[in-house]
Amino acid sequence: MSVFTTKRDEDLASLEAGLDALESHVETGPSRGRKLLGAAWPPLVALALLLLAWELAYRAGLKPTYALPSPADVGLKLWEQLRDGTLPSAMGTSLSRGGLGFLLALAIGTPLGLLIARVRPVRLGIGPIVSGLQSLPSVAWVPASIIFFGIGDAAIYAVVLLGAVPSIANGMVSGIDQVPPLYSRVGQVLGARGLSAARYVLLPAALPGYVGGLRQGWAFSWRSLMAAELIVNSPELGQGLGQLLDQGRFLSDMSLVFAGILGIFAVGIAVELLFFAPIERRVLRRRGLTGVRH
Amino acid sequence: MTLLQQHAEAARTPSGPAVRISSVTKRFGAGPLVLDDVSLDVAPGEFVCLLGASGCGKSTLLNLVADLDQPTSGTVEVPGGRPALMFQEPALFPWLTAAQNVELALRLKGVAKKERRERAGQLLELVRLKDAGGKRVHELSGGMRQRVAMARALAQDSHVLLMDEPFAALDAITRDVLHEELVRIRESQSLTVLFVTHNVREAVRLGERVVLLSSRPGRVAKEYAVDIEQPRRIESPDVARLSVEITEDLRNEIRRHGGQS
Repeated sequence: MSVFTTKRDEDLASLEAGLDALESHVETGPSRGRKLLGAAWPPLVALALLLLAWELAYRAGLKPTYALPSPADVGLKLWEQLRDGTLPSAMGTSLSRGGLGFLLALAIGTPLGLLIARVRPVRLGIGPIVSGLQSLPSVAWVPASIIFFGIGDAAIYAVVLLGAVPSIANGMVSGIDQVPPLYSRVGQVLGARGLSAARYVLLPAALPGYVGGLRQGWAFSWRSLMAAELIVNSPELGQGLGQLLDQGRFLSDMSLVFAGILGIFAVGIAVELLFFAPIERRVLRRRGLTGVRH
Repeated sequence: MTLLQQHAEAARTPSGPAVRISSVTKRFGAGPLVLDDVSLDVAPGEFVCLLGASGCGKSTLLNLVADLDQPTSGTVEVPGGRPALMFQEPALFPWLTAAQNVELALRLKGVAKKERRERAGQLLELVRLKDAGGKRVHELSGGMRQRVAMARALAQDSHVLLMDEPFAALDAITRDVLHEELVRIRESQSLTVLFVTHNVREAVRLGERVVLLSSRPGRVAKEYAVDIEQPRRIESPDVARLSVEITEDLRNEIRRHGGQS
């Protein structure tokens, strides 16, 4: 590489350095901890107000106690269920079912999405069906699954897959559809063909849409699982959160039902916040897509 | 010496042109003619600017030379192998850093990992972005992005560089600096450049030869030799004088279309 020594070159180099400095902006903003704190307190206040309203409704005696227990009753029940291990074990059972179902949906939905996105006859034939399936509530599959597979794990997983696979496949398709055509042309100019074009250009470019699809796929897995567990219930099957809810209904134990709902809520939120949100944030931040930071 | 390099060497000898476009006609499907019997030779090391109004098919012509599309009739020859191409947008991949963007071009050419890193560093130094290699695309200014794109194009190690209005989206100050950069880099790398633009002054500022294309269909209307020594300035009287002449001809070309409708 040549060494630049002429006056003209030095002038140009310093001019360019000045221009680069002027046009690059330093990103500053509040620290992550402070932002997190700032985002946390409004929902906490809202939650406190909600609890207050509940307590007032309980004290006013709007409904008999068995139908509307006090927040304290539910809290006590929750604590009891946590201590004797019923709730943690139900959460574990459901989470492992949800996780396994999600992984299966991932393994099926990803290649399916690729096929729909890249193979025209498949797209024209199956694409609309898969998109349509997304708007079908997966609880509608429960009776069919029970008849087909009998009461058992197979029926539960079938419902989860029917709920989650379309989301993941559609995420892949929209991720690929949103890749700017210019990227493919650049890949072509650089000599990327077939597999190398997919590996180095198409798939990385489609990643944001795909990750969005995964996130939605998890939400659908979790919802479908709860619908399936509520109905697919037998002593031989492990007791998940859905089965716990059904038990609460059977016993007319509203506090148990509420404890179950809180458990479902907690697992869904935790997976979302601890697993998917960081992945998505990372993918978007690397690409400068996290919005304007002041 | 690889076969590709041999080709490149052959292309650089004075015997043959670096790009030869012979009687090229292009039409998309059953649509109107986009290019009509265009012939153009670009000598090795030459800097040619293609100039024309909208609809002159200049980008189409560049795509044919880049082998992204095939002519309806006629031939396009690039003896030195696949040319490098730069677009109006830098089109850097946002999931990679500046250096990784350059390295990807090398990787797709089959360059070994260690050499890739070294070569990418050299290329970034050439476009004076040695310290920006680790930056993400969104952290770079428009001018810096276009320089990374230039480094990526140079990584293809092609002796022919095709440029499709590469500075059109930049502000005037940055564009002026990049003109100077391009002239410097092209001299140091002895590149053949085919540069498409609709900016007459830019064409005269940069080119050794300016080729004016007519519109709908695109034909070679006129050629101008630019006998002004580099370094030129875009605001110099010599550049202005020739620009006025070419602009007059360009306007006459455009007027013909108003009469037809």
